[in-house]
Amino acid sequence: MSNEKRHRVSRRQFLTYTLTGVGGFMAAGMLSPMVRMALDPALEAGADSEFVSIGISEDELTDEPQRVDFQMELEDGWYTSEQARSAWIYKEGDEIIALSPTCTHLGCTVNWDSNENFPEQFYCPCHDGRFERDGTNIEGTPPTRPLDIYDVEVRDGAIYLGQINQRS
Amino acid sequence: MLQKLYDWVDERLDITPMWRDIADHEVPEHVNPAHHFSAFVYCFGGLTFFVVVIQILSGMFLTMYYVPDIIHAYESVYYLQNEVTHGMIVRGMHHWGASLVIVMMFLHTLRVFFTGSYKKPRELNWVVGVLLFFVILGLGFTGYLLPWDMKAYFATVVGLEIAESAPVIGGFARTLLAGGELIGAQTLARFFAIHVFFLPGALLGLLGAHFYMIRKQGISGPL
Repeated sequence: MSNEKRHRVSRRQFLTYTLTGVGGFMAAGMLSPMVRMALDPALEAGADSEFVSIGISEDELTDEPQRVDFQMELEDGWYTSEQARSAWIYKEGDEIIALSPTCTHLGCTVNWDSNENFPEQFYCPCHDGRFERDGTNIEGTPPTRPLDIYDVEVRDGAIYLGQINQRS
Repeated sequence: MLQKLYDWVDERLDITPMWRDIADHEVPEHVNPAHHFSAFVYCFGGLTFFVVVIQILSGMFLTMYYVPDIIHAYESVYYLQNEVTHGMIVRGMHHWGASLVIVMMFLHTLRVFFTGSYKKPRELNWVVGVLLFFVILGLGFTGYLLPWDMKAYFATVVGLEIAESAPVIGGFARTLLAGGELIGAQTLARFFAIHVFFLPGALLGLLGAHFYMIRKQGISGPL
């Protein structure tokens, strides 16, 4: 009896609850598409970039790293542009290695075998950063991780490069 | 929890009288649809405001993707309409809501007219209402250009020719609105600025005056 009395809802309370409920439902219906739209870039899973032809074939490769410049299509919302990319590419046995030329220290561009004091190495002119042939950073030079590496695909003998991956 | 939070703030800032003053007011029987169903005509003003709120919110979110530039405007609208999740819904709300504001405003004007609510002492509120009418028409006109497609462009060509046909100031008005002789880059940037900053500012100011006068003077009596 007293329990029942305690749970009695006054007319004012009932109105408050129903009006808040209906109002909240309407507000949610109005705002949720808008909020989802605003959150879209954060919720959209990062799509893997496509493979692009870099204009050389497999049998042009040697075990000596050679620099290849190519264009990659960059999609930025409603704006699509061509982005210039480069890779140091060579054969390691049967495997094809394509390294990004961006120094992992501060982002300058590295060159193969360009400093006579450090033959057979990638050399960064900015702060004397050096990397081995396989991209491993050399102890005691500024870079703290190896050069980034491209995904490589061979289609009908032609070389295609995909996204750039970090190595630790 | 919520009550405690409210009490904490209220104890320090005494906010209860403020919102009481806004929320508590008499709703006479003749405007309450629960008493006379035909009183629903008194809802049109509030409904106009409700749709205006939707317009402001959806418009704010649309500007996250829209760019007012002749090269990219159409592409950005296409992108937000077709690529962004729920972009179609939000743009749809803004598109259909724009027409709905005009419809609701028209019905509200009819109600005010036929109940004679514009008569003394409420003449000034009628004047403010007419200004609101022009501001909302302006919002519709400037917003129509923004997608920068064929319909948008040629509607604006026609609209500006109408402005030009006005006596004496016609040519000046046209050039001022278009931002030059061409209907192009400057027109789009100008219409965007008017659509998202100038007219909404005027709209909010006038709405404030509109509502203040209603509270000050009360709702007009029954027929």
